[in-house]
Amino acid sequence: MTLDLALFLVLAIVAIATALGMLFSQNAVYSALFLVLNFVTVAIFYLLLGAPFIAMAQITVYAGAIMVLFLFVIMLLGADPLPKTAVLPWQRPLAIFLATLLAVEATFLLVTKARPTGSVLQPEAAVNTMDNLREMGMVLFNQYLLPFEVTSILLLVAMVGAITLTKKEKGAK
Amino acid sequence: MVPINYYIILSAILFTIGVTGVLIRRNALIIFMSIELMLNASNLAIVAFSSAIKSFSGQIFVFFVIAVAAAEVAVGLALIVEIFKSKRSIDVDQMNSLKG
Repeated sequence: MTLDLALFLVLAIVAIATALGMLFSQNAVYSALFLVLNFVTVAIFYLLLGAPFIAMAQITVYAGAIMVLFLFVIMLLGADPLPKTAVLPWQRPLAIFLATLLAVEATFLLVTKARPTGSVLQPEAAVNTMDNLREMGMVLFNQYLLPFEVTSILLLVAMVGAITLTKKEKGAK
Repeated sequence: MVPINYYIILSAILFTIGVTGVLIRRNALIIFMSIELMLNASNLAIVAFSSAIKSFSGQIFVFFVIAVAAAEVAVGLALIVEIFKSKRSIDVDQMNSLKG
């Protein structure tokens, strides 16, 4: 077994374990922290795949900004576990069964029908950061300039939307 | 060399865990986190394919997905806070009326 493969398997186990931890912890704060660990693991996968810029963006945007926002909202709304209700008691086992079916089906179809071939690059050959970033910047600002600008407008709209949603209406209270 | 199949299978497993989270959890925040997990799983598959065909387009697509996810989280969390203000709960079973 090569070093690449061993690294991949260990990281895959960590990624799946943290995702399951996020799914099954009763406390929302623990869920958020498990998810931060999962995002960091996925960032390391990006480094292994030769995408250092995406890896850093993943850590700053996802593990940094987005999860801090989540933690803020959890602190704001309270992290108590929800009381048990008996609405749709058969829904949980059915959901787990269907999700397992989806996992098997998706894996089977992707591997047998889509038939992705080939291997990913060795990390030491792929992570030559400066060249990689320069080429990616050239592609981003030449070929994909318009989507990039549209993204900035989207972020502005989202910011205005979030402020408008949480703003108190005039005259209320 | 890691075969790309392994990355695709890992991505499918993570995506399914996200789907399961949306289906079995009732806390709106955890459902939202599961959606983020699904976005991440698909991003991983896209970067793996992009690395296998040695093209930057996939990475740039993932960059846009991350930007859209940030916008989505800002608006979604604002909505959850608003719902909490009117219902005093983030249990999705309680959200059963269109009129707040």
